[in-house]
Amino acid sequence: MLKSNILGMKLKNPLFLAAGILGTTASSMKMVARAGAGGIVTKSFSLEANDGYENPTIVKIEGGVINSVGLASPGVEAKKEELMELEEIRDETPVIASIYGDSEEVFCEVAEQTKKLVDAFELNVSCPHAKCGFGSNIGEDPEMTYNIVSSVKDAIKDVPIIVKLTPNVTDITKIAKASEEAGADALTLINSVGPGLRIDYQTAKPILNNVLGGIAGPMIKPIALKCVYNTYKTVDIPIFGVGGIKDYRDVLEFMYAGASLLQIGTSIMYDGPEIFKNITDDLSIFLEENGYNNITEIIGLSHEL
Amino acid sequence: MIQNVYDDEVPKVVTIKETIIETPTVKTFIFPFQITEDIHPGQFVMVWDLNTEKPMTISVIDKENNQMGITVRKAGPFTENMYENIDVGDKIGIRGPYGHGYELSDYKKILAVGGGSGIASLAPLLSFYDNVDLISAASCKEELVFVEKFEKENIKVHECTDDGSQGFKGFSTELAEQMLQTGEYDIIVGCGPEIMSYKLLELSQKYDVDCQLALDRYMKCGLGICGQCCIDDTGYRVCVEGPVFDKKQLSQLSEFGKYRRDAAGSIVKY
Repeated sequence: MLKSNILGMKLKNPLFLAAGILGTTASSMKMVARAGAGGIVTKSFSLEANDGYENPTIVKIEGGVINSVGLASPGVEAKKEELMELEEIRDETPVIASIYGDSEEVFCEVAEQTKKLVDAFELNVSCPHAKCGFGSNIGEDPEMTYNIVSSVKDAIKDVPIIVKLTPNVTDITKIAKASEEAGADALTLINSVGPGLRIDYQTAKPILNNVLGGIAGPMIKPIALKCVYNTYKTVDIPIFGVGGIKDYRDVLEFMYAGASLLQIGTSIMYDGPEIFKNITDDLSIFLEENGYNNITEIIGLSHEL
Repeated sequence: MIQNVYDDEVPKVVTIKETIIETPTVKTFIFPFQITEDIHPGQFVMVWDLNTEKPMTISVIDKENNQMGITVRKAGPFTENMYENIDVGDKIGIRGPYGHGYELSDYKKILAVGGGSGIASLAPLLSFYDNVDLISAASCKEELVFVEKFEKENIKVHECTDDGSQGFKGFSTELAEQMLQTGEYDIIVGCGPEIMSYKLLELSQKYDVDCQLALDRYMKCGLGICGQCCIDDTGYRVCVEGPVFDKKQLSQLSEFGKYRRDAAGSIVKY
């Protein structure tokens, strides 16, 4: 019922672990796979090791979190070791590497070094709390996005390229279209919203060490859904929906809006990694009760009504 | 199914009520905190000095006065700032408590071993259980933590120093082994340097008693999502499934006693 075949990946279910969540070590990613995820997106990494920002890097707020981890990650050499350990799960649970950089060369080099170890790349051009020159500095600009996507696409022939976009632009469909024209095989919508800010009311101190951070979790779902809905009408490549999915009804909304695949991140904070099994069980029951033969039948349903 | 979606867990800012210089490197901070039934020894809080934030074990759980305490050892810029610059009347932020603490209600006689400031994690056990024998270990007499506190509360503690300047001369694990040989204990619990903890696990295997140990890993979120504190080979999150792990869990941890990960997630060998 939940099986699909997208971007050459055979999936037992369409729910991936989102980038940035429990994706640093092979053993934590394997743990999430055992808990029922249909696929894994690693935490973003680049050529060099990066400590990210100082704590507090994450603060829980009403309906989600604000985070400014700042792309903390070991460099590509250390990450390759972790990816090699994931080989054993890739038949059952495809692995997508989220990569970042500040130039076409860096993206290409990281992808080149890891292409044999992953089933797809997700280009992070959308982190809202990355240092200048990284993340959303790229993804807010259609031309820069186009150049990076087409460079990686030229360099890496056999591995699908997914582009993760920021919602913090006037019109996300323009960046989506630029990515598609540059050869992207799929899109991930959306990275965290904002950045946002929380201040302690007693001391007037901003809580995060970096002051600002990306907002994620159930509170951003309506924005994510809008982005998926509008982008589905503009591009012909598959869309990963991500942003505040916490139960099967959220998955249905994203798929009706046009997502073929989903990613879950912040909601693991509430329900633990078991959330994958809970959602897939509920989803199967819903689809069966409503007369569907396969989950792919509901993709984009809202656009047909 | 979904719990706490609407909870706000920004740090709760508290004013330090009392500080105690425990040793030349260790200091305790007491502050008002509503002590609810779900706060247990072994849990930790994220402590914000209004600049940076680190996980700290809870060293005082005072139900009567609704006070909590943390005890820090000078080990880096954060703890040095806490030790030198933060005092009565100052404000700090507290998130939590988080994580799994010790679960000891099924045991007849408990042997608790604290190395250095690791005793901070174990001291609250004494206000929850009356069947605990406690070893407090340090390199020398001056570095023994909570000596006056235990004396004041009339608690007998087995002291232990590497140089023999106070109590048993030798490592805490040697004293623990002697005590285990009496056959009185059905569990060993511990917190301290990882090499010590690893040896405690080996002792629990040798003497066939249960074991619960508190582990320390680099943490960012404390909420179970960043993945920074995940431990090989199970992927357990130290902030959620830990920081106290039981014998079965500990036996599955291939990285325990061997390495940890730094702020970037790179492996650092012991």
